[in-house]
Amino acid sequence: MGYPHKPHEKETVVLSEYFGDAEARSYDGWTKRGGYKALKTVLEMGPSDVIEIVKASGLRGRGGAGFPTGLKWSFMPKEKSKPHYLCCNADESEPGTFKDREIMRWTPHALIEGCAIAQYAIQAEITYIYIRGEFTGPLRVMQSALDEAYERGALGPDAMGSGKRLDMYIHRAAGAYICGEETAMMNSIEGRRGNPRIKPPFPAAAGVFGMPTTINNVETLAAVPHIINRGPEWYKSLCLGNERSVGTKLFSVCGHVQRPGNYEVTMGFPLGELIDDMCGGVPSGRTLKACIPGGSSVPILNKEETESCILDYEGCVEKGTMLGSGGVIVFDDSADMVYQVMRLARFYAHESCGQCTQCREGTAWTVRIMERILAGQGEMKDLDLLLDLSHQMTGTTICVLSDSCAAPVESGIKKFRDEFEAYIVGSREPIMAAAG
Amino acid sequence: MTQTTEYTAVFTGTTRKRLDEILTRYPTKRAALLAALWMVQEAHGWISDAAMAETAEVLDLTPSYVKGVVTFYTMYHQHPVGETFVQVCTTTPCDLCGAEGVVQALLEHTGCGELGATSPDGKFTVIEVECLGACGFATPVMMNEDFIEDVTPDKVPDLVKKYS
Ligand SMILES: Cc1cc2nc3c(=O)[nH]c(=O)nc-3n(C[C@H](O)[C@H](O)[C@H](O)COP(=O)(O)O)c2cc1C
Ligand code: SF4
Ligand code: FES
Repeated sequence: MGYPHKPHEKETVVLSEYFGDAEARSYDGWTKRGGYKALKTVLEMGPSDVIEIVKASGLRGRGGAGFPTGLKWSFMPKEKSKPHYLCCNADESEPGTFKDREIMRWTPHALIEGCAIAQYAIQAEITYIYIRGEFTGPLRVMQSALDEAYERGALGPDAMGSGKRLDMYIHRAAGAYICGEETAMMNSIEGRRGNPRIKPPFPAAAGVFGMPTTINNVETLAAVPHIINRGPEWYKSLCLGNERSVGTKLFSVCGHVQRPGNYEVTMGFPLGELIDDMCGGVPSGRTLKACIPGGSSVPILNKEETESCILDYEGCVEKGTMLGSGGVIVFDDSADMVYQVMRLARFYAHESCGQCTQCREGTAWTVRIMERILAGQGEMKDLDLLLDLSHQMTGTTICVLSDSCAAPVESGIKKFRDEFEAYIVGSREPIMAAAG
Repeated sequence: MTQTTEYTAVFTGTTRKRLDEILTRYPTKRAALLAALWMVQEAHGWISDAAMAETAEVLDLTPSYVKGVVTFYTMYHQHPVGETFVQVCTTTPCDLCGAEGVVQALLEHTGCGELGATSPDGKFTVIEVECLGACGFATPVMMNEDFIEDVTPDKVPDLVKKYS
């Protein structure tokens, strides 16, 4: 990509159509491009009809788990006896992922409209847009777009003249990866430490302020107005073979590629083509070594797996990894996989909220053992120890941050064992100082 | 960095009005805590014990509760920092693209010398942070509230000059 946005010919441009187009940021610019038509349509329907449309479209959550969006909305109580809430997850902190930032920077009204539609469908009076504190640019753009939407009456006590109340506020976060986890986010919105909560109760039963709540990712919500305008059948038809994964997806590509950036493709697109054709491949003179296709929390793919991986939920699972958030991290042959796995583990150790022993201790010990190996003081049995630790860190904690640390460690050792062993047997120079 | 013993209250006048407006957005007072702490940091540059006590008072919380929240979130400063607070991403994707060189150049040109330390002239504090959500624009650097993309070691001298 690049600005003004010139999409690659293999891209399917839906969400990113106006990336780089500054005029699209204003209310008038947005309505001129067809904005707020979908909200108007929706406000004339019943909330459950909207949910049915989104269900029929096949849209699945773009925040990481891929849960069907319409189904999630349908879990909200139909009989309204309490306030309902929508939380828009704009915490975007998963290493490798930088797509929600572009949606907010360039098309803030697409997100506001998507939130308003979802909010109406789940019968919520209030949406909190939870934006990570470091996103100072997107925070400014979103705030002025919200102010404008209020001024124009698209939001407020009588949204678009419908008589419905739709209020929307930004909640600025303050630095904590874990707050992207939905229950941690709810605590953070309530003014608490961002510790994940034990589920059940699920958010649709007792979420933020103990009330029925739905949490959706920015990209998920931004897709909704398009589905309303062009119909669920159109969205479902954006498919390259696997009917369970449809629509377009923004992939953020970074690391060792010539043209990093966000690329929007139809689900089912080949990962190899994304890296080679769109991103220009790895830097010249280098060869591809590995790839993490779905943000740092998913297992690493080796070269062969990368070249044959299909980018949709099932295609990634078939290769033993996950589509996750769509943050594609590319490694060429200059990358030291042992160091990189340690660096990822360090991220999780830093971000663990500390509630669960397996996670708090497991992430810290993983880093220490890996640092020992990088200092040339590792032993062969350390690899088994790391694998055992990872095993104990998986599926045993309140949230999956612990599993996320284990994923790169397990896959890293499995696929690049020779690199680990080289440090252990001394055929590779230590790159870290020994611990004192 | 001198620490004044006189504490100037934050939540008066227009700031109090801003907080009152924010309070209307939530069903509880507690929920305005993160926003209130941002206001404190905006006014004082960091969040002292006295500021935590004031914040606790206006939101009907205890100072220890407020401290518990302040210490959880990494963007709240519990100590005074340099005039320009510099955050450099060094997580895996940026590391692959040479973030380490950017860190070294920043430490050198700001005069900070080491991570977390404030330069002798009080102008800069440089820290490494985890992923800033801009991995395709490596290396992103935050200079206070300014978010700068595509920083390379050779761009550092000019960048530092701009904020000096
Ligand atoms: C540790 C952790 C961090 C997460 N970070 C994010 C994030 O930054 N953004 C996001 O949208 N979802 C994140 N998620 C996923 C959310 O919990 C949640 O599933 C998602 O926001 C739901 O939205 P969706 O159904 O539209 O995908 C994270 C999950 C975990 C366990
Ligand atoms: S798994 Fe880790 S981050 Fe998640 S709740 Fe437990 S300690 Fe906190
Ligand atoms: S890894 Fe540096 S911004 Fe994401």
